[in-house]
Amino acid sequence: MGNNLDALTTVFTEFYYWITLPLMFLIHVGFCMYEVGASRRRNHMHTLMKNSMIIPLVTVTFYYFGWWLYWAFPNGPFITGGIDFAAGEANTAMSSTMGANLGDRITGVFWAAFLLFSWTAASIVSGSVIERINSGAFWILAVVIGSVAWVIDAAWGWHASGWMVKLWGYHDAYASGVIHAIAGGFALGVLVVLGPRLGKFSQDGKPRDILPHNPWLVCVGLFIIYTGFWGFYVACNVPAISPEGIGGLIKGETWTATTIYLTPTTLGAITFNFLMSLSGGMMMAFMLSKGDAFWTYSGGLAGIITASAGNDLYHPIQAMILGGIGTFIAYKMHFWVERRFKIDDAVGAVAVHGYAGVAGLVLCGFVLWGHPSSVYEGYAAINPLGQIGGAIIMFGVLGFLPGYIIAKILNAFNYLRIPKEIELMGLDFKNNQDQKSAEEDVRQAEKALT
Amino acid sequence: MSTTGIENWALDLKDVAQIYPFQGSEGFLFIIGLVTWIGWHIWCAKWETNYHDEKIQQYGSSQNLKDAIDSD
Repeated sequence: MGNNLDALTTVFTEFYYWITLPLMFLIHVGFCMYEVGASRRRNHMHTLMKNSMIIPLVTVTFYYFGWWLYWAFPNGPFITGGIDFAAGEANTAMSSTMGANLGDRITGVFWAAFLLFSWTAASIVSGSVIERINSGAFWILAVVIGSVAWVIDAAWGWHASGWMVKLWGYHDAYASGVIHAIAGGFALGVLVVLGPRLGKFSQDGKPRDILPHNPWLVCVGLFIIYTGFWGFYVACNVPAISPEGIGGLIKGETWTATTIYLTPTTLGAITFNFLMSLSGGMMMAFMLSKGDAFWTYSGGLAGIITASAGNDLYHPIQAMILGGIGTFIAYKMHFWVERRFKIDDAVGAVAVHGYAGVAGLVLCGFVLWGHPSSVYEGYAAINPLGQIGGAIIMFGVLGFLPGYIIAKILNAFNYLRIPKEIELMGLDFKNNQDQKSAEEDVRQAEKALT
Repeated sequence: MSTTGIENWALDLKDVAQIYPFQGSEGFLFIIGLVTWIGWHIWCAKWETNYHDEKIQQYGSSQNLKDAIDSD
């Protein structure tokens, strides 16, 4: 920190990212609430634990290697260059900057912001597979999506030097693809192997409604995810940086907020667009579902997710319309895929995150066609083909394929799915029996005192 | 050609104002948004009225109403 302005900017940036962390923590609280609410009473506590253990397992693995992958893999490797060991060196678990260090105040908070994105990616998958996956198998899958797959896609398409940004003009400012499409694709890959819950489909293949035991809890959970989503949006920005600090083409001395790509935007822009895309999604989902609370809240999320790729630039009314379009696609696709392929996505995660994310990437390519994807020279401009290619990589190559392959391997070891008897009696059966027995013991002891 | 009017960032940011795509179409967007909003209310009013009418036809018997009061 060379002078007072540098010091103030550094401390402000440190505090800025730090304040996003408890906000984003709420995403995980919300996911747990809606997942538990969507499960049946006999599976409550296991459902809660399945999601909650994402926190320690993804945190440890992200500290050990996830963060390094982000810095070392922007070139592919071997697409625009090799593994970037120089950039990765400061971000290994053994680096002096990965701890208390007065010379580096930003790495810790920036690492944590990315870590909470990692939890989110894994948590999206968690909801879709409830009530029949082995928790241990899910936790392996959570590490793969949270500390490997999404981090590689972030290095490729969510890094100022990512090869997809350079060569294809890929643009995904608030992660339609790099978090949502990939997590939706990954969940679909797992679901194909895992199969539906017992009783989900009738003999003739018609889907039955397995209703949430507590719709109110589900909706409050989704409401809390909205709140956390604010923190996510804020954390995707660099709050204040000078043209000199960016080191690109920008002239003059006017400071700006930027996206993760260091392209100029404003916090006002994302505030308008977050709320308008949320509104477009909620209005559309309310119409489609005829006022169903779960789908209306989910539609709000789908609206934001659709517009997220370009919410640094869209006009607010564009964000609202795009949010509505993406929600329409997600809702229709969910029920079509359920009927056609017998996919039991318990919370609609593949639709809300996957299909809406893909729609958002493709729409962004048309609406922002020709806008520079970078402030540096020699990068492709945003274009539809780059965005479609990006959507295929996010949903298919880094999402569906790893989910499908790892689930297949786990299934080969007979470890992916819980035994039929356990599914029927409920994952919490023993806990519930123990609780009844303990209550009876106390009741008898109390009666003996009378 | 760029939909935002920004071809590259070799600019002084003090000279740049709006950067959203399709500048000049604000009036058109305003009308689209207005029609969407009012259209939503019209749809909602029709749907909600039909919804209540259907429910009354299906469940509106005197006995059902008494049962509903008792079960709350």
